[in-house]
Amino acid sequence: MLIRVKLYAMLADYLPASAVKNEADMEVADGTVVKQVLSSLQMPMEQCHLVLVNGVFVAPSERDTRTLADGDALAVWPPVAGG
Amino acid sequence: MAWARKILRVNLTKGTCADEALNMDWAQKYLGQRGLATKYLTEEIDPKVDPLSPDNKMIMATGPLTGTCASTAGRYSVITKGALTGAIACSNSGGFFGNEMKNAGYDMIIFEGKSPSPVYLFVQDGSAQLLDAADYWGQSCWTTEEGIKEKHGDPLLRVASIGVSGEKGVKFACIVNDMDRAAGRSGVGTVMGSKNLKAVAIRGTLGVKVDDASRFVDAVAAGKSVLAENAVTGQGLPAFGTQVLMNVINESGALPTRNHLDAQFDGANNISAEAMAEPRASDGKPNLLTNAACFGCTIACGRVSTVERTHYTVKDRPEYHVASGGLEYEAAWALGAATGIDDLNALTFANFICNEQGLDPISFGATVGAAMELFEDGTITTKETGGIELKFGSAEALTTLVELCGKGEGFGAEIGLGSKLLCEKYGRPELSMSVKGQEFPAYDSRGIQGMGLAYATSNRGACHLRGYTVASEILGIPEKTDPLVTDGKAGLVKAFQDATAVVDSAGICVFTTFAWSMDDIAPQIDAACEGDWSVENCMAAGERIWNLERKFNLDAGFVGKDDNLPARLLKDAAKTGPAKGKTNGLDIMLPEYYAARGWTVEGIPSNETLDRVAL
Repeated sequence: MLIRVKLYAMLADYLPASAVKNEADMEVADGTVVKQVLSSLQMPMEQCHLVLVNGVFVAPSERDTRTLADGDALAVWPPVAGG
Repeated sequence: MAWARKILRVNLTKGTCADEALNMDWAQKYLGQRGLATKYLTEEIDPKVDPLSPDNKMIMATGPLTGTCASTAGRYSVITKGALTGAIACSNSGGFFGNEMKNAGYDMIIFEGKSPSPVYLFVQDGSAQLLDAADYWGQSCWTTEEGIKEKHGDPLLRVASIGVSGEKGVKFACIVNDMDRAAGRSGVGTVMGSKNLKAVAIRGTLGVKVDDASRFVDAVAAGKSVLAENAVTGQGLPAFGTQVLMNVINESGALPTRNHLDAQFDGANNISAEAMAEPRASDGKPNLLTNAACFGCTIACGRVSTVERTHYTVKDRPEYHVASGGLEYEAAWALGAATGIDDLNALTFANFICNEQGLDPISFGATVGAAMELFEDGTITTKETGGIELKFGSAEALTTLVELCGKGEGFGAEIGLGSKLLCEKYGRPELSMSVKGQEFPAYDSRGIQGMGLAYATSNRGACHLRGYTVASEILGIPEKTDPLVTDGKAGLVKAFQDATAVVDSAGICVFTTFAWSMDDIAPQIDAACEGDWSVENCMAAGERIWNLERKFNLDAGFVGKDDNLPARLLKDAAKTGPAKGKTNGLDIMLPEYYAARGWTVEGIPSNETLDRVAL
């Protein structure tokens, strides 16, 4: 199945080469969980602060059980703030 | 100590400047800056006064930490009855002006009356005089600041001034200091203009003393370590600035778009922090040149940017081929998503003009968004706009209007009414996305429920800086809460409001609170100031200040029904994103909030509450 990965701020360094403007489509197996995607991109887990699936926050404790579906958008930021 | 213990009172009608002692009993109850100046204002003016009358007063105020070595301790605020809102106004600014004012020996400057002709105030180490500003009236903030420095032969003067917008009565004119920092919201620059006061120029070298120097240095050092080691204040904000939020809030389904018709903007990434860092085709350089810090700040979130020289806005105007204050998140949202425009160069140019002419970019952009909706639905046409095709997404319309509004000319003068009066004028008051007359900032309260309550109850009208629950609801600071539910938000909003009142009264920047709790802040205040400034006493002062502001607004004529949101946010559900199908649950949260505050069901502080907070 195909998911879209969106990595921002300093995490953009971990995007696949095919990425355009912080986004890339990734082919993943059915049943893939959030943490598997982050690991496959070799992302530093301590920097994956804000993890959203379709805009909804996934808590750290849920990242190795939250399965992804075809068409899901997985967006990740390090600790950031503004205002 | 920490307080200079001295006020400068400037009577513009009489042309006099006089020193007086700071009321230290009030300082022990209201700390400084926002709280203490609000106490002075409420004691000295009729809450029902016309904001633009000579009987309104305007106070520039520092906090006890301003000018010390505490991180970010360069802040000052402008407190008055707001021209945009008719409510209490307190607009906070960074840069270097606040530090200079404190080092010139003043905790605050109270302006009263109206000068018969344009003047500026010149202050140097405890002496002050009003000088003729005829040469600067009609000039921009940039020209005024440069001109005053040149006239006095002192490039280290710090200047706060209004642009032509403030002279012409644009309702959301701000006061700009250090070229691109501003006391931005609620029309404090409009009040300044109504007094024929063009600028305040200050040089201060007297120093600031603290109560317990040894303990203060230790507390400050500990605080700076916390900021440096925190990922947000130590890394995220300096590298990406506040603009990193553009994609966060859009992905979360809470980016108000096209006058809140939508809650997500498909052009968000084109105007984000990430876009500002991308090399451009024409010159290979990114929009963002570097970051920058205000006085004493160890975070350095400020942006310094350029407009691409080939862009239509500047290609024949070399005076704008400069590096200047770049887009912060709120400005980028208002000038961009609120209008449906994703041209980064156009937004950067519009932001330059807001700084140059003293416009609040939030209210300006949001009002243009409202005007675009009026145009799109046929309520107004090119006949009213002076030929401007005012369609959502038109960068040309935005950049034309920012220059017109900055000078108070043409349809720009109508934009300068603010969205409330503009939409009322054309018979569509429901299209103004505002509370108490002030336009929303960059968070859609259908997707961040607590912000709806924070907006509705903000004492200065819709504002994110009175209770920034986004920190918790979206960013997980200090702990994550669900942005889509109303449960617990009343207490959350109250806690943020009270804590922010302390920060704003101390002389430091609210961005420290992404890393600091009151446990980090109170020891710095306590070491700097006489009295007992424990965490508990600081929070008590915060609640007291909030109730004092509320009481002023009630006395000014506001009622509980003004704690409301536009019908669009209460009845029209978000169309996309996580909040799809949701409206804001203000009806649930507001009674809980009144109860948490100890207010009646009409939103009036009870006598017991007033006693408890010692008002």
